[in-house]
Amino acid sequence: MSDKPIRVLVAKPGLDGHDRGAKVIAQAFRNAGMEVIYTGLRQTPDQIVQTALQEDVKVVALSSLSGAHLHLFPPVVQGLENSNAGDILVLGGGVIPDEDIPRLKEAGIAEVFGPGTPTGTIVEFIKEKLIR
Amino acid sequence: MFDKDKIDRYKEKKAAWQKKQDEQVKKRPERQREFTTDSGINIETVYTPAELNTENIDSSLPGEYPFTRGVQPNMYRGRLWTMRQYAGFGTAEETNRRFRYLLEQGQTGLSVAFDLPTQIGYDSDHQMSAGEVGKVGVAIDSIIDMETLFDGIPLDKVSTSMTINSPAAILLAMYIAVAEKQGVTPERLNGTIQNDILKEYIARGTYIFPPGPSMRLITDIFAYCAKNIPNWNTISISGYHIREAGSTAVQEVAFTLADGIAYVKAAIDAGLNVDDFAPRLSFFFNAHLNFLEEIAKYRAARRLWAKIMKERFGARNPRSMMLRFHTQTAGCTLTAQQPDVNIMRVAFQALSAVLGGTQSLHTNSRDEALALPNEDSVLIALRTQQVIGYETGVADAVDPLGGSYMIERLTDEIEERARQYIEKIDSMGGAPEAIEYMQREIKDSAYLYQMDIESGKKTVIGVNKFILDTGKPEGLLRVDPAVAQRQLEKLKKLRSGRDNLRVRNILDDLAAAARGSENIMPHFIGAVKNYATLGEICDTLREVFGEYKQQIVF
Repeated sequence: MSDKPIRVLVAKPGLDGHDRGAKVIAQAFRNAGMEVIYTGLRQTPDQIVQTALQEDVKVVALSSLSGAHLHLFPPVVQGLENSNAGDILVLGGGVIPDEDIPRLKEAGIAEVFGPGTPTGTIVEFIKEKLIR
Repeated sequence: MFDKDKIDRYKEKKAAWQKKQDEQVKKRPERQREFTTDSGINIETVYTPAELNTENIDSSLPGEYPFTRGVQPNMYRGRLWTMRQYAGFGTAEETNRRFRYLLEQGQTGLSVAFDLPTQIGYDSDHQMSAGEVGKVGVAIDSIIDMETLFDGIPLDKVSTSMTINSPAAILLAMYIAVAEKQGVTPERLNGTIQNDILKEYIARGTYIFPPGPSMRLITDIFAYCAKNIPNWNTISISGYHIREAGSTAVQEVAFTLADGIAYVKAAIDAGLNVDDFAPRLSFFFNAHLNFLEEIAKYRAARRLWAKIMKERFGARNPRSMMLRFHTQTAGCTLTAQQPDVNIMRVAFQALSAVLGGTQSLHTNSRDEALALPNEDSVLIALRTQQVIGYETGVADAVDPLGGSYMIERLTDEIEERARQYIEKIDSMGGAPEAIEYMQREIKDSAYLYQMDIESGKKTVIGVNKFILDTGKPEGLLRVDPAVAQRQLEKLKKLRSGRDNLRVRNILDDLAAAARGSENIMPHFIGAVKNYATLGEICDTLREVFGEYKQQIVF
């Protein structure tokens, strides 16, 4: 792994206003030595893709608790791929029913982290993926 | 008991006892090095009269200023709290069915959950609405949906709470218009609109317009309702979402009352007389896990608000000083793991709200960390309240824990700490100027809470202790994806069937009213009656008022 800190974009797609989890995970990433950008609320998938490209991040962590994840997560992966940035790791978190996880993974979301996940688990997941 | 000499003797006695106890603890350590509430208030080994604030004994009785013990003299001996489950999903038809089910099961008031597009003033066919229609609440685009929502429910017989903030005036206008169609005049309506924009900026996120015009909409509602809908609660000043976002109990009280102060100030600045609108202000708190601190929290909030209204704003009508509140159990404490355990969490939280003197209560369902609640889960949640109300006997005396040394001590402590926070917010120019400060405080508390769970300092059954794989729960509610399509069809039909020229003119008049300073409420009522959609009305206001840009604090 290079010495350069990992850059992560934490993003809130859609209209959902629950940002406690997004802010906690952003802080945890930062405390783990990563550089973190947080989009704030009400982002379209396209806006998230643009920010990810501009900020040159290695990871995009999406958070949604409103049930709109199937509509909002896959277009982010698609948009990154269309911009030749398909190597960016895209993660999902929030209130996401188990039965939706296979569909999200098929769409290219690397992993989905549900309620109760320790922040350290997500940090480790990112580090492991980016070393490989 | 309040005799100073006697209390001094208690202090001596306790000091000697504590010394012995401390020696014991050195030999046999306790479960924790220190015990504190969620707000970080130190918890003594035992409480005695030595901890009472003898300088300022609160000897008020229920129904008496400063209302520490309750806003009514006999509280639940007269009538139990209103059992009001927050509900809404999919279309107005589906939510109407859930409402009727809840009323049949003995619920005593309605509480409407709107979907996010409705809360943010977008029609279901707006591009930002994609994927969100009918998901976290019911989709309401026009008065036609609103009529369906309350079909067969007589609006002069139920009280209805609506969780709607930025477009609150418009949904209230629809409610008034639907009632009129039912033959119910506005003065017979009972209910609440949340209408609390400041906590949207701080913690909840469904803002539309900037603070200035938002506060004007709120004071227009205060003025309109004071004249026309005297029994309507014009605002529900909410700590609930501040707590859900991660604040402590003390911060919840402080930030909520700071917001309340800002609304009262705005209304007075708009020329209203404090006693004309303040009796209709209501509050909304969270019922979290730290049982005894929560009970003290409600008592402290009541006392502090009464003092603020009397001393700071010169209110004379006792009703202006009464903090009446709704409570919801803490969604953020529910676990996706072993979800049935949530039933117990909710029961204790609900009990704290009842022991704290709530006026109405929503009990969360066990499956809410996974999905919107299904009918079975909602029934257990409602039955939990009914058990507390009808079986446990806790509702038979007012403020039954009042006089507990610990509860009284915690009440004093929370009041004092919240007062200090409010002073700090005052020094920044009040809540509208302190939004980012409050956001930082909340965020820091949320992070600490999470770290305490991860270090094991805080136990969450099923998450960091007593872990058990119980498999996936069956029968979770899923919103039918066809909802969005049905809303789009309804909108299309509406737009082709109405007098569009008339709608255009009405929206132009609305824009002129928004630019001016007259009360805007009658314009909303006119617009919804003529089938202008929520999104069209909000777009008109967006053009005049602009949109709020969030400052990113993390």
